[in-house]
Amino acid sequence: MATRKSAPATARKTTVKSGKKDFNGGTFLDFDRDTELKAYREMMLIRRFEEKAGQLYGMGFIGGFCHLYIGQEAVVVGMQMALKDGDQVITGYRDHGHMLACGMSARGVMAELTGRRGGLSKGKGGSMHMFSKEKNFYGGHGIVGAQVSLGTGLAFANRYRGNDNVSLAYFGDGAANQGQVYESFNMAALWKLPVIYIIENNRYAMGTAVSRASAQTDFSMRGASFGIPGYQVDGMDVRAVAAAAEEAVAHCRAGKGPLILEMLTYRYRGHSMSDPAKYRSKDEVQKMRSEHDPIEQVRARLLEKGWATEDELRAIDKDVRDIVADSADFAQSDPEPDVSELYTDILL
Amino acid sequence: MPRMTMIEAIRSAMDVSMERDDRVVVFGEDVGYFGGVFRCTQGLQQKYGRTRCFDAPISESGIVGAAIGMAAYGLKPCVEIQFADYMYPAYDQLTQEAARMRYRSNHQFTCPMVVRMPTGGGIFGGQTHSQSPEALFTHVCGLKVVVPSTPYDAKGLLIASIEDPDPVIFLEPKRLYNGPFDGHHDRPVTPWAGHPAADVPEGHFVVPLGEAATVREGSAVTIVTYGTMVHVAAAAAEETGIDAEIIDLRTLLPLDLEAITRSVRKTGRCMVLHEATLTSGFGGELAALVQEHCFYNLEGPVVRVAGWDTPYPHAQEWDYFPGPARVGQALKDMMEA
Repeated sequence: MATRKSAPATARKTTVKSGKKDFNGGTFLDFDRDTELKAYREMMLIRRFEEKAGQLYGMGFIGGFCHLYIGQEAVVVGMQMALKDGDQVITGYRDHGHMLACGMSARGVMAELTGRRGGLSKGKGGSMHMFSKEKNFYGGHGIVGAQVSLGTGLAFANRYRGNDNVSLAYFGDGAANQGQVYESFNMAALWKLPVIYIIENNRYAMGTAVSRASAQTDFSMRGASFGIPGYQVDGMDVRAVAAAAEEAVAHCRAGKGPLILEMLTYRYRGHSMSDPAKYRSKDEVQKMRSEHDPIEQVRARLLEKGWATEDELRAIDKDVRDIVADSADFAQSDPEPDVSELYTDILL
Repeated sequence: MPRMTMIEAIRSAMDVSMERDDRVVVFGEDVGYFGGVFRCTQGLQQKYGRTRCFDAPISESGIVGAAIGMAAYGLKPCVEIQFADYMYPAYDQLTQEAARMRYRSNHQFTCPMVVRMPTGGGIFGGQTHSQSPEALFTHVCGLKVVVPSTPYDAKGLLIASIEDPDPVIFLEPKRLYNGPFDGHHDRPVTPWAGHPAADVPEGHFVVPLGEAATVREGSAVTIVTYGTMVHVAAAAAEETGIDAEIIDLRTLLPLDLEAITRSVRKTGRCMVLHEATLTSGFGGELAALVQEHCFYNLEGPVVRVAGWDTPYPHAQEWDYFPGPARVGQALKDMMEA
């Protein structure tokens, strides 16, 4: 195995605490104005995109499966802040937000949802199955937990090539119970691979609450027997996510091996479009929306600090809406793939 | 007699079996509290409690492995794999443990277990929620493989499967859950209500494993099929006016070879039809058997109509799906050959 150049460990104090369960009182990075505005815009783009996807689904333009990321926006936007060129991202089926955060075009994602030839997988993949080599996004995987091993392999490739890139392997609280996750943990720790396992704990694996299917519901501890450090992070606060991301990425770039970040987050919508969400109360959802909404938190800070006016924020909203509207128009007008595409891209 | 959808019939089969035999245990992902992703287990936890109907973590290999252990010690687990596409982590347990328990232990232990899985496409599930992996099971000695096409059969076959002494893979065509889908995706959904096979007895009955059904009698050509394609075949026969005899296998293993050969000897022509991809599909086995047993009765080659050899596409679902137009054209070609 080629050795990689070791990057110096950062001297920052730890900004995330192990075992923290509360959504409040976490440590975080102090954002400057530009960073707050960037976070606001990027989270807003994901939210508006997902709302539009939900509408198009309701109108019949999107068929089959569609899992919206609304509520969890701070996780990908915060994590992405710590990345540099060449770092890889891989995730499961609730993937639209990750792709937008990686800089993939709204048009390409939306047109894939509607199954059009301008979609990122020519319409042949659908909501759960999209990639971008240019943006180092390795999918979009419909099989729960399967991407965790792939993310581990991406990290191996980084180490083998001797670069200091880091692989981000996202999965949910449900996927955390798949056996291959622990096979991956063992290999990553054994070979000191630069991979960050990001467990997006949104409390429900489809319709099953975490406590109904998990003996250990503190997912940050899931790597303990392999010696993988793990931290719980307030996944509704983009500053807390960014702080954790910075620490974790530095840890991996320094050659210290894998790390687990459990993001305490929440999805506002059902698991998929056909989920009536009867397994939780409306009050629970409303409480999260009104007290912990990731976008509202940034918005409140921007206004409070006088870093932006209502008008300026409205202008950002309009920009974002325009991008989303354009993607929706494209996704409805772009033609479907030609029948000749049925047999392409299977083998050379 | 009550009218049931296929979902209700499957639920009723588990209900009846749990009522009659306290060794029957139902579990899987989202199966207990939530009632199953397609609602097949709705109400069972309330009725039988959390020790007999419960949620499992997303751990397919673990779910099936645990079920094998339970079965070896005399329980009768009936587990759900949420989509057949999710079974691959459990494939090791199914093929190497479940299928060989009886053989390996010199018949001291058996594996009376049912693994239910929604199979097939037609709901825009794309490549990871639409697969038809039946051939991966029929290729394994020691498993039984069942694919119902109606609510009546689903209930009777599932009860028979639960009562069977060996491991049964029970594939539920998900596009048939709510109605007898004949492949005309652009027409309004037909509900099960009104279909004769939606009349399902409330109590206990079985449809024996290994017995095919002749769902349409005909003299011109035999269509050997199962699952969703039974309804597609019927539509194609009606629309082309070709007098096809349709054999619904219902059970792929054990196979009712007698029903197939009897029909092909009568008609002299045979089409094998399934939704799964063509190459190395179960249709290849059926075609081989037909030519071995009926060669001198055949007036033309055995024709296979199947899904194309591609992943199940998202945008081109209906180009992939062997619908009535494709089946009808193949029937016409056979009659002209």
